[in-house]
Amino acid sequence: MTTTAIRFDEVTLGYGRRPAVHHLDGEIAAGSLTAVVGPNGAGKSTLLKGIVGTLRPLEGQIRLGGAANAAIAYLPQAAEIDRSFPLSVYDLVAMGLWSRSGLFGSVSRKDRTRIEQALAAVGLIGFERRSISTLSGGQMQRALFARLLLQDSPVILLDEPFTAIDAKTTADLLDVVRRWHAEDRTVVAVLHDLDLVKRVFPQTLLIAREPVAWGETSGVLSAENLLKARRMVEAYDPHASACYRGAA
Amino acid sequence: MLELFYSPFGEFEFMQRAVVGVIAIALGGGPIGVFLMLRRMSLTGDAMAHAILPGAAIGYLFAGLSLPALTVGGLFAGVIVAVAAGLVSRFTSLKEDASLAAFYLLSLALGVTIVSLRGSNVDLLHVLFGTVLALDDNALLLLASISTVTFLALAVLYRPLVLECVDPTFLRSVSRAGTPTHLIFLGLVVLNLVGGFHALGTLLAVGMMMLPAAAARFWSSDITMMMILSVLIGIVSGISGLLLSFHAELPAGPAIILSAGIVYVGSLILGREGGLLWLAWPGKHLEA
Repeated sequence: MTTTAIRFDEVTLGYGRRPAVHHLDGEIAAGSLTAVVGPNGAGKSTLLKGIVGTLRPLEGQIRLGGAANAAIAYLPQAAEIDRSFPLSVYDLVAMGLWSRSGLFGSVSRKDRTRIEQALAAVGLIGFERRSISTLSGGQMQRALFARLLLQDSPVILLDEPFTAIDAKTTADLLDVVRRWHAEDRTVVAVLHDLDLVKRVFPQTLLIAREPVAWGETSGVLSAENLLKARRMVEAYDPHASACYRGAA
Repeated sequence: MLELFYSPFGEFEFMQRAVVGVIAIALGGGPIGVFLMLRRMSLTGDAMAHAILPGAAIGYLFAGLSLPALTVGGLFAGVIVAVAAGLVSRFTSLKEDASLAAFYLLSLALGVTIVSLRGSNVDLLHVLFGTVLALDDNALLLLASISTVTFLALAVLYRPLVLECVDPTFLRSVSRAGTPTHLIFLGLVVLNLVGGFHALGTLLAVGMMMLPAAAARFWSSDITMMMILSVLIGIVSGISGLLLSFHAELPAGPAIILSAGIVYVGSLILGREGGLLWLAWPGKHLEA
């Protein structure tokens, strides 16, 4: 029996009144491995922000099966992190313990072991004391994956995790993603590399503000659907009027 | 020679009080300055120092140069401006620097107008540049309490504050602590500025926060170390400024800030972490 991890009820997300994700309806099964693809400006990152709860829907509802917002592990696009801040790799990774340690909780010996294990899993042993400002793009992404590992969350959202990352790092981090999938965690990743999606992700949501297709990856990523998505996202009406779809 | 250092403090009670005052200000202001700098809010501190003025001015209008009236008025005005600017930047498209600039210009104009309604030039100078050499018991107690509250609050807020600087999106995804942390931090900034205001005035109070913090940045890239250095630089600048003012008969507030300025310029040139000398002569490059 499959249970639902995330359910979208006619969800519209956006900025101001303009929707970035328009009337999305459907669900992501618990333990599934889903890719979210679409052209730039299609609303992919916005969708993840909606699931995490940092952006409230303009309309509709996003329901989480069991997991609270705070229990979701979320990897935002790397550009949103201040790399100039004087912080060590170890401390960055240790932030993944937030849900357990919170404001005051001390980091126990068991936690230290877990931090070391997470660093080892992403190949960053020996980098503990390095400042995050000295890391390459790939090393930074490895560190952020280690933080996700520590969060130990049933639902993991990744926003363009492999953009500008070399092949070796991508392969290593994909192993981590496969391991999460094997552990029955729900993983949703925004991706641009369609070959990678076809190889690794069984489920795909193709989105271009409106959902275009959703289901088995092979069926969703047809040439016809991709063309449709590109056309939809290029269409932009500066004089759009109010939408009453679903208002019965 | 040594006598030049300790005889002013041994002989004159007002100098002893001034030393206690500047130490208290350095203890609270140092760490706050480091966080302001790391959060790229250095100018926010300056803006908020001005924002205190109308509140203090209203206090002055009703009660003259009384400690409680100036403090309550300054706190009130500072918190209103900090919260209003914070909320405007969070919920509208205006960035925090722009919204702060709008609020502080308003409050500066309002403050000077209110003081000039009743005050003399001496009073205006008191409000603008403080009276570090005339701190009474109550003022010292206030300064000590403010640095104590600051220490305790920073101990509680340390993790979310750091997280909010480095990765605000992550903090928002794991906790709702972001907005309250930001507001409490702004509250601490106001509190320290109001404390500093009694000694150094609205225009110079922020100097004891930002100059030591900016100087400390040139010596360490570790946050804890930066805070310790910032406090030490604040204390050293405070004491040497008082001595400078005593021996050279300079106004005390500006002499303290000038001392901190000298430490800052020295650090800018000599500092191990990106100081000018190290940039100009970095030494031979290393093995790859």
